Amino acid sequence: MSVAPAEVDLPRSADNPVSDKPWVTIVWNDPVNLMSYVTYVFQHVFGYPKKKATKLMLDVHHKGRAVVAAGAREAMEHNVEVLHGYGLWATVKQD
Amino acid sequence: MQPFRSTRGGGVRAWLAASEASLLRNLVDQVVALITPDGPQHPTGQDPKSQDSKGKDPKSQDSKGKDSKGKDPKSKDPKAKADDEIAALEALLHEPAPGTAQGIPQDPVLARLLPDGYRDDPEAAGEFRKYTEPALRDAKQQAAQQMLDSLPDGGGRVQLTADQAQAWLKALNDVRLALGIRLDVSEDFEDQWGRLTPEDPQWTAFEVYAWLGAVQESLVQALTP
Repeated sequence: MSVAPAEVDLPRSADNPVSDKPWVTIVWNDPVNLMSYVTYVFQHVFGYPKKKATKLMLDVHHKGRAVVAAGAREAMEHNVEVLHGYGLWATVKQD
Repeated sequence: MQPFRSTRGGGVRAWLAASEASLLRNLVDQVVALITPDGPQHPTGQDPKSQDSKGKDPKSQDSKGKDSKGKDPKSKDPKAKADDEIAALEALLHEPAPGTAQGIPQDPVLARLLPDGYRDDPEAAGEFRKYTEPALRDAKQQAAQQMLDSLPDGGGRVQLTADQAQAWLKALNDVRLALGIRLDVSEDFEDQWGRLTPEDPQWTAFEVYAWLGAVQESLVQALTP
């Protein structure tokens, strides 16, 4: 089962023009986590199919990081909490 | 060890030698000691009452180390050899580090186990840590405890439910992260290991690190549909 990233619909504001940018969950490369484990966690946590999970894992591995989800800030912070529970090195960022 | 295999109902099973079970127990205990709030690595005084039986007294770790030191390191007795290995690993993982008042822990192992949730934004990272770190510590302790509870004393058959398997995944990974940080491993850790002689004090730790990777890999494979 694949879970599409949630759409964001933050209020636009003239004095805060970046507020409509979506937030993202970033996973960073590290030398310890097994490639198979990272793929498994992406499948298990996000419900991504194996192909998508593997592609994201390879992005992390080769590019040093990958955006694994996008959406509301609270949802991204929740993702990061869950990923830290699995020992992945994850952060939240406004895209 | 016989690697993990999937069983009906989403569980897994494996078989561990007594020395392997004892090694895992000791390593997980070490990680629990590290992540327990107001332990020696984190004297900021969180909530001591939440520790209960999971909180490890650092003194007991020290005395264990001393017990093992008396044994002849060249002994062929596998139990004594395992005790020596464990003592060496305990010393490695139990590196003293200064505590932290706020923000990311100064001990690099804790900093990796409890990382910042934001990069380049200390204020957001601080807020995130304030609201999530206690729960993350609890979750890691619970996973470790679940693993210890389902780890047979004296080794033998390991039979895990799907839920217990998740706890093992997390707790095993935390041990690998802790050991990996202490050994400063790179992605080519086998090359690093290969440059050491078996007499090197870190050789055994690399061997254990590699073995933990194999255990973790077999668990991931057994859980991957």
